[in-house]
Amino acid sequence: MKQLLVLGAGSGGTMVANRMRRRLGADWMITVVDPAALHLYQPGLLFLPFGANDEAAMLRPRRRTLSSGVAWIEGGVTAVDPLHRSVKLHDGQNLTYDFLVVASGARLRFDMTPGLDDGRARGDVHDFYSLEGAQALRTALAGFGGGRLVVNVVEMPIKCPVAPLEFLFLADAFFTRRGMRDKVELVYATPLDSAFTRPLCAKHMQHLLAQKGIALEREFAAGEVDAEHKLLRSYDQRELAYDLLVSIPTHSGAAFVEDSGLGNELAFLPTHKQTLQVEGQERLFALGDATALPSSKAGSVAHFQAEVLETNLLEAIAGRAPKPEFDGHANCFVETGHGKAMLIDFNYDVDPLPGRYPIAGLGPFSLLSESRMNHLGKLAFRWLYWNGLLPGRPIPVSARLSMSGKRLEFASPSASQTQGS
Amino acid sequence: MVSEAVATPMPTRDVDGFLCDSAQWTPALAEALAREVGMTLTPEHWQVLTFCREDFARQGVSPGVRRVAQLSGIDMKALYRLFPKGPGKLAAKLAGIPKPKSCL
Ligand SMILES: Cc1cc2nc3c(=O)[nH]c(=O)nc-3n(C[C@H](O)[C@H](O)[C@H](O)COP(=O)(O)OP(=O)(O)OC[C@H]3O[C@@H](n4cnc5c(N)ncnc54)[C@H](O)[C@@H]3O)c2cc1C
Repeated sequence: MKQLLVLGAGSGGTMVANRMRRRLGADWMITVVDPAALHLYQPGLLFLPFGANDEAAMLRPRRRTLSSGVAWIEGGVTAVDPLHRSVKLHDGQNLTYDFLVVASGARLRFDMTPGLDDGRARGDVHDFYSLEGAQALRTALAGFGGGRLVVNVVEMPIKCPVAPLEFLFLADAFFTRRGMRDKVELVYATPLDSAFTRPLCAKHMQHLLAQKGIALEREFAAGEVDAEHKLLRSYDQRELAYDLLVSIPTHSGAAFVEDSGLGNELAFLPTHKQTLQVEGQERLFALGDATALPSSKAGSVAHFQAEVLETNLLEAIAGRAPKPEFDGHANCFVETGHGKAMLIDFNYDVDPLPGRYPIAGLGPFSLLSESRMNHLGKLAFRWLYWNGLLPGRPIPVSARLSMSGKRLEFASPSASQTQGS
Repeated sequence: MVSEAVATPMPTRDVDGFLCDSAQWTPALAEALAREVGMTLTPEHWQVLTFCREDFARQGVSPGVRRVAQLSGIDMKALYRLFPKGPGKLAAKLAGIPKPKSCL
């Protein structure tokens, strides 16, 4: 029996395992390893702090998300040994593989910024990137009497880079609805040199921030938190006082990636940009947030990558070279508050452009502009996630970026991504 | 006639002031680029610039600021003191390598 082993069964791992089950015969075993009993729909976390309480619809027992021919080991990986094609688990168990897919996502590293954990213990520092964090923030916002709310991205890369902006737009709507917007100062502190990494999109975001009276602190590289005095301090000694700090902490890859000597400086896996093969490792592939790729860390990206990986695992199993198919394609709905959202669609080389999606002229979604339809699309995405994306059913959106429907007069000759520090 | 400093010919740069061809970089050029932004290079600066050039030669991409802090022997706080505001970008500029890219 041959073995395809998948480490981590979140968005990416689940899609790959289910897709491969349909493509591989009975002589292949497919096993996923994941310590968490429940699968969490992470995009739903954004809405919890503002009073949503649909946790039940955001969680599913892991077994139900995996097709019946996929085995699941409820355990954590502690090491990968590519030389002996083996994987070690917490309980000491060893698994061997013919091909390995790493899909262990990203970890939130509050511990990497001095003072963050202290502030969390005191109850003034929160997050919405974890379920417990988003739930605690819901309680904190419900009781917030006013003051300065700072949202801070500690450093890039983070999952869903638009989520901090969405959080601010929704916070503006939330406090307006409660009739206390004038009592709340909203501040966005980012290490980037603009509100977003891509120029045209950054301009739109900055316009929205200004319109909603949200202050922007650029090139703010957070170095520490003085929890006692409620101060966020940058490496170059700028200080931001807060009453409530919503932190998006440093992200890193799984500890086993680091401990196996496979990761970069943040334990993300150096992976080939187009084939998704781990650099220098013939039988290792990776997708999703676990990679060091310059693509977005987003569920939509993991989905497009899963499609490419399906092709390339079959190629590799047949003894052929993997195909350079992945183009960095990402698309995401950006909630802008008051029941509206924006949609952006881009890849490694093409910036988000205005237009219609996925059908030119018709949409129904509008690119880079706000609409109610986009908001409904964002909400419908949860259904699509459980019923279309995770099971690996074909959906009518291509893995590669399409230029149809995009207004090319806005395209810049070279899309340069910049970073603030 | 002896001029104050022999003018270093400036190679082509992109809109953000980064060298278009990193092979055209020289230590004297780094000094000239530093002067442009009102900086004087100390041995600590040079430790960073040397790391950046070597890392770029090995990896083919410019190191991000965290990588520099972890591997150059100069920590993050010191980097911000030496290269104010954006140490990743500024060090890359003075080292004559491309602007570091970040994910999105
Ligand atoms: C607040 C928020 C909002 C978001 N909104 C959107 C959105 O609107 N659109 C969008 O496309 N994306 C969004 N995302 C991002 C999206 O959720 C992630 O990019 C996506 O889930 C990545 O998939 P993944 O498989 O790489 O990682 P994950 O889905 O995080 O899965 C990783 C899995 O690995 C497992 N694991 C970890 N360590 C180990 C170990 N040692 N051994 C075995 N298993 C391990 C974990 O238990 C987990 O199940 C959002 C994320 C957040 C936090």
